[in-house]
Amino acid sequence: MASLLAASKCSFFNPKKEFDIGSSFSPSISAHRCRRRAMRKVLAVMAPPAPSPRSPATTGSVKHSMTMTEKILARASERSQLEPGENVWVNVDVLMTHDVCGPGTIGIFKREFGQNAKVWDREKIVIIPDHYIFTSDERANRNVDILRDFCSEQNIKYFYDIKDLSNFKVNPDYKGVCHVALAQEGHCRPGEVLLGTDSHTCNAGAFGQFATGIGNTDAGFVMGTGKVLLKVPPTMKFILDGEMPDYLLAKDLILQIIGEITVAGATYKSMEFVGSTVESLTMEERMTLCNMVVEAGGKNGVVPADETTFKYLEDKTSVKYETVYSDDNARFISDYKFDVSKLEPLVAKPHSPDNRALARECKDVKIDRVYIGSCTGGKTEDFLAAARVFLASGKKVKVPTFLVPATQKVWMDIYSLPVPGSGGKTCSQIFEEVGCDVPASPSCGACLGGPRDTYARMNEPQVCVSTTNRNFPGRMGHKEGQIYLASPYTAAASALTGFVTDPREFLM
Amino acid sequence: MSMAAAAAKPSPTISRTSVASQKAPPPRLAPALRFPSYHPSPFPNHPSSILAASSRIAPSPLLLPPRAALSSSSSSPSSPTLFHGPCFVLGDNIDTDQIIPAEHLTLVPSNPDEYAKLGSHAFCGLPSAAYPVPFVAPGAAASRFPVVVAGANFGCGSSREHAPVALGAAGVGAVVAESYARIFFRNSVATGEVYPLEVETEGLHEECTTGDVVTVDLEKSVLINHTTGREYRLKPIGDAGPVIEAGGIFAYARKTGMIASASTA
Repeated sequence: MASLLAASKCSFFNPKKEFDIGSSFSPSISAHRCRRRAMRKVLAVMAPPAPSPRSPATTGSVKHSMTMTEKILARASERSQLEPGENVWVNVDVLMTHDVCGPGTIGIFKREFGQNAKVWDREKIVIIPDHYIFTSDERANRNVDILRDFCSEQNIKYFYDIKDLSNFKVNPDYKGVCHVALAQEGHCRPGEVLLGTDSHTCNAGAFGQFATGIGNTDAGFVMGTGKVLLKVPPTMKFILDGEMPDYLLAKDLILQIIGEITVAGATYKSMEFVGSTVESLTMEERMTLCNMVVEAGGKNGVVPADETTFKYLEDKTSVKYETVYSDDNARFISDYKFDVSKLEPLVAKPHSPDNRALARECKDVKIDRVYIGSCTGGKTEDFLAAARVFLASGKKVKVPTFLVPATQKVWMDIYSLPVPGSGGKTCSQIFEEVGCDVPASPSCGACLGGPRDTYARMNEPQVCVSTTNRNFPGRMGHKEGQIYLASPYTAAASALTGFVTDPREFLM
Repeated sequence: MSMAAAAAKPSPTISRTSVASQKAPPPRLAPALRFPSYHPSPFPNHPSSILAASSRIAPSPLLLPPRAALSSSSSSPSSPTLFHGPCFVLGDNIDTDQIIPAEHLTLVPSNPDEYAKLGSHAFCGLPSAAYPVPFVAPGAAASRFPVVVAGANFGCGSSREHAPVALGAAGVGAVVAESYARIFFRNSVATGEVYPLEVETEGLHEECTTGDVVTVDLEKSVLINHTTGREYRLKPIGDAGPVIEAGGIFAYARKTGMIASASTA
């Protein structure tokens, strides 16, 4: 156990093959040392994780087998073969930054490459203001201006600008939350390498690409060179099989997994999601799954591309892409199997995304508010899911319920798409009927608190059920606020009762 | 005892005892970590090194590196090998929102004034009940704790580089933790703001108390807690070595020929 932790922590440069240290080790025992309490009971729904297969030396034909993450990095570093633990210079296909980290990244780019330097490729950088937009905070507003000046100077092709903060709709270029915008605008493609100055960049792994978050300095480097030094991560495989119950969503699946392996269970590793359940998920659901890989410490998450992926991309990009799949005998550092049909709606209790509990066991937790939004839980299908529960209940919400669509497109969908079984009503109409707040301007909103005047920011020590991704102390604003992470179904059900509520109360 | 006297100082006491060398190392291109046995080779042709040599000790006028601000009056920043003073002790899973709450992320780290402000907010996100001693005293601009001791998975959460920047700006020289989240570790190395050190065995953060006087000795790879009398072995920086030795990701890239040594103006 200790050796695996040692192997996986230092990521920068290591000529040794650290993969070997981990290969003989049983991950079920590695309930990470950061989990101080007693080892969790392994659920009956999950088969014990299998140790990874024997090393290549004993099976000659395994020599060139790679996982999809390894293959993507091999191709991007122009290598025919590589292994976990190697450090390689990787060609970047897309670099994304936003209003919080963009200015700092630009500062570093100019410092290192010169005031008059040009970015490596004006078409491969996507700049998306999304974090602190609808605020009167002067610095926040200035940061969007800094992005605009830079985009103008560099003639950046993709800049989703906003100038009129009083009405997002009059800004034709503005999109909203970067990770959802990247997907909707066709910047996510199988086989590619996408980096972003945001931890939830791993969201894009849903498209079968390598996507991860980096800091300003790394991003400044990429801006000038189009390359990044990456250490190849070993891959953990998560096999999700079984028919998805209609009261579960991808959020429940990822909360299940994070609760199982803890917030550091995937540190420096890739998480590959396969199985019949995964194949049945829509692209938005796959994004939710990959989005929270970082909450387990994961470097990146991947879902193999398939017809669902190709169909989604049809009308969004004409850039040619090359799909990549793990070899049949690729080596995974661990396997986890889940029978999804046996899972139940979950929450992550304060104050950690791995503080997993059954929603029905938290039914005595009184709540003060519900928040439905963010890259994790503010996409079109997330709102359709919430609307479904509201519709089924025929009741009104008992607590303030904040709705923050991730992007302009999501906002428009809320106001136009009919909710199945409602006789043609839109989400917005259902939300209004049950007493939710009016859907807000699309942005990251209060997922991370933000400036004090951010819509739905938690400024008092309240209890909130949220479809967002993190619930560490102070995440949504107030240090003593308590955040229960949940699926849109669970969030909607909780809004209806004023307590943490299993959505089966209304869906069955 | 001299160390106790040093500990009584309100400001962070960071000793800059570098390995003796008659020739001072040239100014650095970018803020970077240095280990005692390494002396950076000069980049005489690089415009910013010429600029730095003729101006002040900062490697670049566009960025305020913390080490330069705190070091002695030598003409160039020297490699710190010792960090000494009271330590600030944290538990497991201290995430980036606790290190620097999101409301402060409007501050741009590459702007010197805002860099300093980030330092003043370091760890202000810690719940007061669990952490009654403030990391930065009310009204102060920086912290009196040059060493942070933490449990597992330090720096988890966001990729915000503001996190290691806030610590460095506050005067932290080294974090000694049981383990790190990968983006925070990577950002610490890339920025050079704090040394992200790991302790060999568990329990350091449970055996130390905020305010204990410690010495972190990079040459000897050890943390000495003078208050308890215990010593702890530190792991070698390991994988990040070649990048740190080169002087950060930009210097490493230049050294290995990945990018040109002179920027095009």
